[in-house]
Amino acid sequence: MLRIPCPVCGLRDETEFSYGGDASVRRPPMEESDPRAWMDYVFYRDNPRGAHLEYWHHVLGCRQWLVVERDTVSHAISDCRLAREVSR
Amino acid sequence: MTASRLATGGRIDRSKPLSVTFDGRPIDAFAGDTLASALLANDEMLVGRSFKYHRPRGVLSAGVEEPNALVHLRTGGRHEPNARATMVEAFDGLVANAQNAWPSVGLDVRAANQLLAPFIGAGFYYKTFIGPFRGTRFWMFCERFIRRAAGMGSPGTLEDPDRYETVNLFCDVLVVGGGPAGLSAALAAGRAGAEVVLVEQDAQLGGALLSAPVGGASDAWLASVRSELAACPNVRLMTRATVFGAYDHDAYGVVERVWDHVAVAPDGQPRQRFAVLRAKRAVLATGAIERPLVFGANDRPGIMLAGAVRSYLNRFAVLPGRRVVVATNNDGVYATARDLAAAGADVTLVDARPAIPVALTSQARTAGVDLRPGCAVLSAKGRGRVSGAVLAPISKDGRATASGETVACDLIAVSGGWSPTLHLWSQRQQKPVFDAEKACFVPTGDAVPTMICAGDARAAGGLAASIADGFAAGEKAAAASGATKSPGRAPKAPEALPGDDWTRAIAPLWLVTKADGTPAAKAFVDLQNDVTTADIDLAHREGYRAVEHLKRYTTTGMATDQGKLSNVNALARMAELRDAPISDVGTTTFRPPYTPIAVGALAGPETGRHFRATRLTTIHAWHRAHGAIMTEAGAWLRPWYYQEADEDVRAAYIREAAHVRRHVGIVDVSTLGKIAVQGPDAAEFLNRIYVNGWKTLPVGRLRYGVMLREDGFVFDDGATARLGEHDYFMSTTTANAAPVLAFAERLLQTAWTDLEVHVTSVTDQWAAIAVAGPKARDLLTDVVGDADFSRAALPNNHFTHGQIDGVAVRVHRMSYSGELAYEIYVPALFGPAVWEALVAAGDPFGLKPYGTEAMGALRVEKGHVAGPELDGRTTLKDLGLEGFASTKKPFVGSVLRNRPVLTDADRPTLVGLEIEGEVGALPGSLLFAADGPTEGHGEGWVSSTTYSPALGKNIAMALLKNGPCRIGETVRVIDFVGDRTLRATVVSHHFFDAEGVRQNA
Repeated sequence: MLRIPCPVCGLRDETEFSYGGDASVRRPPMEESDPRAWMDYVFYRDNPRGAHLEYWHHVLGCRQWLVVERDTVSHAISDCRLAREVSR
Repeated sequence: MTASRLATGGRIDRSKPLSVTFDGRPIDAFAGDTLASALLANDEMLVGRSFKYHRPRGVLSAGVEEPNALVHLRTGGRHEPNARATMVEAFDGLVANAQNAWPSVGLDVRAANQLLAPFIGAGFYYKTFIGPFRGTRFWMFCERFIRRAAGMGSPGTLEDPDRYETVNLFCDVLVVGGGPAGLSAALAAGRAGAEVVLVEQDAQLGGALLSAPVGGASDAWLASVRSELAACPNVRLMTRATVFGAYDHDAYGVVERVWDHVAVAPDGQPRQRFAVLRAKRAVLATGAIERPLVFGANDRPGIMLAGAVRSYLNRFAVLPGRRVVVATNNDGVYATARDLAAAGADVTLVDARPAIPVALTSQARTAGVDLRPGCAVLSAKGRGRVSGAVLAPISKDGRATASGETVACDLIAVSGGWSPTLHLWSQRQQKPVFDAEKACFVPTGDAVPTMICAGDARAAGGLAASIADGFAAGEKAAAASGATKSPGRAPKAPEALPGDDWTRAIAPLWLVTKADGTPAAKAFVDLQNDVTTADIDLAHREGYRAVEHLKRYTTTGMATDQGKLSNVNALARMAELRDAPISDVGTTTFRPPYTPIAVGALAGPETGRHFRATRLTTIHAWHRAHGAIMTEAGAWLRPWYYQEADEDVRAAYIREAAHVRRHVGIVDVSTLGKIAVQGPDAAEFLNRIYVNGWKTLPVGRLRYGVMLREDGFVFDDGATARLGEHDYFMSTTTANAAPVLAFAERLLQTAWTDLEVHVTSVTDQWAAIAVAGPKARDLLTDVVGDADFSRAALPNNHFTHGQIDGVAVRVHRMSYSGELAYEIYVPALFGPAVWEALVAAGDPFGLKPYGTEAMGALRVEKGHVAGPELDGRTTLKDLGLEGFASTKKPFVGSVLRNRPVLTDADRPTLVGLEIEGEVGALPGSLLFAADGPTEGHGEGWVSSTTYSPALGKNIAMALLKNGPCRIGETVRVIDFVGDRTLRATVVSHHFFDAEGVRQNA
């Protein structure tokens, strides 16, 4: 079981969160009309061994979307920040 | 009688006799016994039949590793299969029965399976049913018999009457195991000031020390350490508890058997308690498990692990045999031989090693033990129980060098060395390394630095070494967890007798064979799964040489064994066949749980109606009091229909729907998702998330909207009202309330951080009541003060404020039923009062409540889409909603919805069906052309169905290829589950009042 250090609520169990997928992808701007940009955003993902940036939503807590850096081999979490601060 | 209870001694309470039965026979037992020790004390050597061959089996061990003595425990709802007799504490009223045997363990007709042995070797189920018996029918025929003959106990079928609890625990240092190393670790960590939890699976602390003679030096050590720990306020001692799993981020699964040691738990007490424990550090002092020796017929009842024999003798005062052969390849059994001789048994000790230290030999001979160095047991004699052992001198590789000598005996105590218990350590994806010197796998490396193995779990050596090792591990773990005090010195170890270190000078002995290298009879490596050396050889010949393949092909180490007993002997055989060292063969992955866990304990109290929360609207009590039959809508309970007289659901919904179209009806729609969208950029946010435009919606108006997912499929729909300049009130479908909120939060927090908008769920804050029907306006005009409901003042898609019985309400004019309709929003707790005020005033207008079934009928007549159509596979065009999509602005999904696959003209598209005949269609039925072949998935499917009171016929909504071009065509509607074919005419899905005259009235 992962334990995620939420910047708002502190160290909490994985069961309070829902996984939101790869956080390294950037949503294209609304006016983007090239389907390939949207295909990249919605469908295409790397599957790295090692450090992985991913979204977690603290659904049963502060309801903040978080960007977590997790090692896909050891599951060690090295960073956790509010998504709204990362994307600025 | 050969096995018997000694007159004195042991750690049992002779003043407390217990009533215990096995297969209906009374068994003498005392408090402190296990079921296994009581069976042995009563000379019950034959307690089970083996998994595949139904060979007679007896008690092998005294612990969790027991492969054979698996029994049915208790009766009725408390019935429990596969209970290990060695772990069951005897209690008054204990009822146990043999399993996997018929008619009894003594006479089991399925023992005939042994004659089939050549055909049911390793992997037989992969091979037997290939070839002439192609296909599954023959396999399915045979499977019934195979499943009945194989396998273990049978599960109960009654509801478990006991309570189970779930708790959360936290600590600085978790110590797993209450033997000498674990107790020392807890002592060190406790003295250092850490919060310590020590978990011991036995009812008593002490581990292997409990198997030493009562009153010895180790008892004094144990008493002193136990009392110091008990006085430590920061140390929690949990006995009868098992750490069954080690998980990521240092979470551990623990099950405490709180009241398993009595017939029925005291009133209100849990039988078992499941804990998720989070520890900063863990000391694994899990000890080691003794390995059996592999020789001919090594599965006979009366062959036991040497350490188990010592445990039965000293802890339970049971002498399991009078004439004993002790067979070993290490120092560890000498204490057993010594204690057996002292208890009056004739002991022959065969030690595979030719050279044995004088300290051991002289001590054994002084005790009267017949010591035979350089010898081994070639095979066991006897059927239902051991009657003799064939002893032979052997070479270094385990082959007999002379013909054997048969020695009469009633017990063979064996020790092939020990295997450190590395399950928890290994569950964290760490691979142990084979230590050839100590002939066992040991934990090395620190991939998970928060876990420290101590004592026998890392083959530290004898008792003094384990105590020192445990203490050092406890000190280290406490310091790493932040404890700052010094723990002082370790308690002085009790004086050890020669032979207490099994790691010293062990000589590996993996298999004892005749001179030609074959075993003298069937030689088992896995007693639980009936795997012999011949099965390993066969797997090797057939190419299953990787260790994980070997495991699956032969089933070695599967089920509850998880490598406890069988692993190393099987790997050693495989290594020999591959002519590779064991370290190259490696070991399989250990998986949780370490020992079997009751599913009831994992479920805890979350069963039945407590499985998940049930959501009720604030008006629920009124519905129940007025005949509502409820139905589940997600987590919600909603009125399905209000039963009158003895009508069924069909009669009721037809009556209710017809009433709405003729008079006026009232329905509780509080379950709709409601989201407050607030902030200066709220309109821009709505403009992006909905496919239609929102920039022009004035305050006081509402608008229907549709939203897509990022991939271009339809996500959800609902109406949103503009309450104020920067204040919108969004509604979603009941099912999508949470996903829509999460999606909105995701967009606002990860992508649209420039928008100043806040979204808040207000579903629970508002009750919502829909009033629909031609008399709805008259009713509201009568009930609501301060509001004008005239057509000019409040047209469709407008809202107004008012009061009902002094309660402020907001009334939206919008229609889902197609009738003149209003939705009344009121703070949730005022819901019942407003509902009752409406009902009280409704009589002159013929107001009646209606449920979800009638609501569904009304919306299908109107052709409105709902959950069955918004199934995540449909596009705007598929649903005939294309007209809502704005061409003037981008919105979520606006690019990807134009992918070729989503714009294909052939896609199934929404249509209506008028069903011929008296019987309606079932949702999920497939559509086929009137005359074409009935092949594949058809040309579409039925999504929603109802009987339409307005039209007087059965109708349905369906998705049909090229649908709108096929109006007027006849199709077949086939329900393959019920095997029924109907015919239907394709029509527009706007069945009733397509122009909307009624809702705009």
